[in-house]
Amino acid sequence: MTDLQPLYEAILEGDAATAKATVQEALIESIDPQELLDKFMIPAMDEVGRRFETNEYFVPELLISARAMKGALELIRPKLADKGAKPIAKVVIGTVKGDLHDIGKNLVAAMLEGGGFEVIDLKVDVSPEQFVQTAKEQGAQIIAMSALLTTTMPGMKATVDAVNNAGLHDKVKIMIGGAPVTQRYADEIGADGFSENASAAVRLARQLVGAE
Amino acid sequence: MAIGLAITNLDEFTYGKSPKPIKCGRGVEIGNGRVIPEINFTLPPIDINPETWPEVLRQYSEMITGICERAVALGSSGILVEVETLPPMTVNPSWGVEVSRLVADKLDYYYEKRQLHSAFRLTPNDTREHQRPPRMRSGMYWDGMKEFFERSGEAGADLISIESTGGKEINDIALMDADVHALVFALGIIAPRDMEFLWREIVDSCKRNNVIPAGDSACGFANTAMVLAEQRMLPRVFAALVRIASVPRSLVAFEQGAVGPSKDCAYEGPYIKAITGSPISMEGRTAACAHFSSVGNISQAVCDCWSNESVQNVRLLSGYAPTVSMEQLEYDCRLLNVASQTPEDGRKMRDWLVASDSSHDPQAYVLRPDVVMRISKTMIEEDTPYLRVRAGLRCGLAEIRSAISANQLTLPVTEMKWMDRLYRQIDSLPNDETEFIEMMLPKLADAPWIPSEYGF
Repeated sequence: MTDLQPLYEAILEGDAATAKATVQEALIESIDPQELLDKFMIPAMDEVGRRFETNEYFVPELLISARAMKGALELIRPKLADKGAKPIAKVVIGTVKGDLHDIGKNLVAAMLEGGGFEVIDLKVDVSPEQFVQTAKEQGAQIIAMSALLTTTMPGMKATVDAVNNAGLHDKVKIMIGGAPVTQRYADEIGADGFSENASAAVRLARQLVGAE
Repeated sequence: MAIGLAITNLDEFTYGKSPKPIKCGRGVEIGNGRVIPEINFTLPPIDINPETWPEVLRQYSEMITGICERAVALGSSGILVEVETLPPMTVNPSWGVEVSRLVADKLDYYYEKRQLHSAFRLTPNDTREHQRPPRMRSGMYWDGMKEFFERSGEAGADLISIESTGGKEINDIALMDADVHALVFALGIIAPRDMEFLWREIVDSCKRNNVIPAGDSACGFANTAMVLAEQRMLPRVFAALVRIASVPRSLVAFEQGAVGPSKDCAYEGPYIKAITGSPISMEGRTAACAHFSSVGNISQAVCDCWSNESVQNVRLLSGYAPTVSMEQLEYDCRLLNVASQTPEDGRKMRDWLVASDSSHDPQAYVLRPDVVMRISKTMIEEDTPYLRVRAGLRCGLAEIRSAISANQLTLPVTEMKWMDRLYRQIDSLPNDETEFIEMMLPKLADAPWIPSEYGF
């Protein structure tokens, strides 16, 4: 039987080739893909997140691990779907209207994908209407917004208001982040959560949908 | 053809004095023996639209009035005022012109009535990246920028600058992956191509409008790396190399006719000064109101203007924040200028500024005047931006290595493994630029950029 520990190590080290090869071997041996995910892949990404938060890893290491995770995940996703398994939740993510900064948003998107979420990335300069419409169409459980400029932060409040006006807030949680954003601001505008970094954003998303 | 350094003697590489000083505005001289404060300011959170426009104008009036009053109260010998517009003011140049004109009129008033010497730097935004992937040479954003450049005289500008973003779409990828090859492609190949196009346009427009083309900043490239390093997202040693790699790109503005002072947030300024002899503006500890940096003192060592980067118009105990910044900058400049009344004391002050930061962070170390001169010399021995970037990276990493070995620089354990990783990447850059481009184009086939916008 395939030794699955290398799958954990490969994701931790960002070795996409080994991660995929190990998953392929495991699937040939009919190992339960849910077991691969729950026991090796997600724990590896959790460890990547821990190392990032304790400054042992930098973003490039985090991203390379997220890519290894994604490559492995693509192999098992059809099998998981066949078994009726679903992602933890769907997240609609974007940088708010008027703001073009997307580095932080991209990190959060990568970490959420690596953490088992389905991510719909609306990119940058996203209007409140786009967030609301996409969340409705896709049946998303979370809207995640980023802003880097104090002058674009009001776009977050506008989106929260739009979600409320659309009667969606009981179905969709709203999380926000970005350099000038604070928990106090999240509380002020009625967002459901604030995260300081990409790794903590995964934990927050899990909490918001009751997956942790 | 290789060029030589404009400053060849370390003793002459100091603050307040540059080989090519400039006169501008209302009786201001930059780089002619005195450091002058450069004050920048911005709005607190506000949505800019026709309804809020009167409030926007009121706030700008309040900010510039407070700044001028404080400068007069302190007996300032001259100030440089920068308005870095907010994106809606460049997309709609009439707004940008109106705000700028308001500031310029105030400066005129304080010059005539209160004898305050001043110059006005106008910095429109590079809004081309509003479209993804960006269109660099056509479209509504470029049209708005061109109109703003052309109306800079009407806006009352004495100097024009920009933080241009050509190549940033690839640089962002390079930063996220700490990918030296992508970094070199961004800063050594496509950014210089865009700088050549953009700065030819700016310089031509400046000639028509009697405005001084001052310089560009690699803010979107190297300051992004610096901020990410400050947030512990990137290794600081990589951010230091990004700074060095940004030099050939920023130099293109001067090759096209910019004369300085280069932008405050262009921390590559010392390299520009060493190579071109043009005066530079720098920011450091007085820019803590805008962002953290690990180069708060050393950045001042060879500056000609000393800036606060930007501060929001919020109320503090002693007044509004831009007024407070003005006071801090003025006192900093006074101290520098008193010290430099004798060359020995000026150099001592410079060396203290350098010594207080340089051992703490590789980003500070590569701003040491002696290191700047050595790396600059290596870069300009090469003829093209690509080869200059490659030479600068090799020399820069070697300098950092030597400094660590000599205990002149400390690097956290988590960063030491990056030294070898970065060395391997730099070492694998080919000699031939065409070979490098052919190697990179397929790798970037799916990247969010339009190669034809850069002449490919």
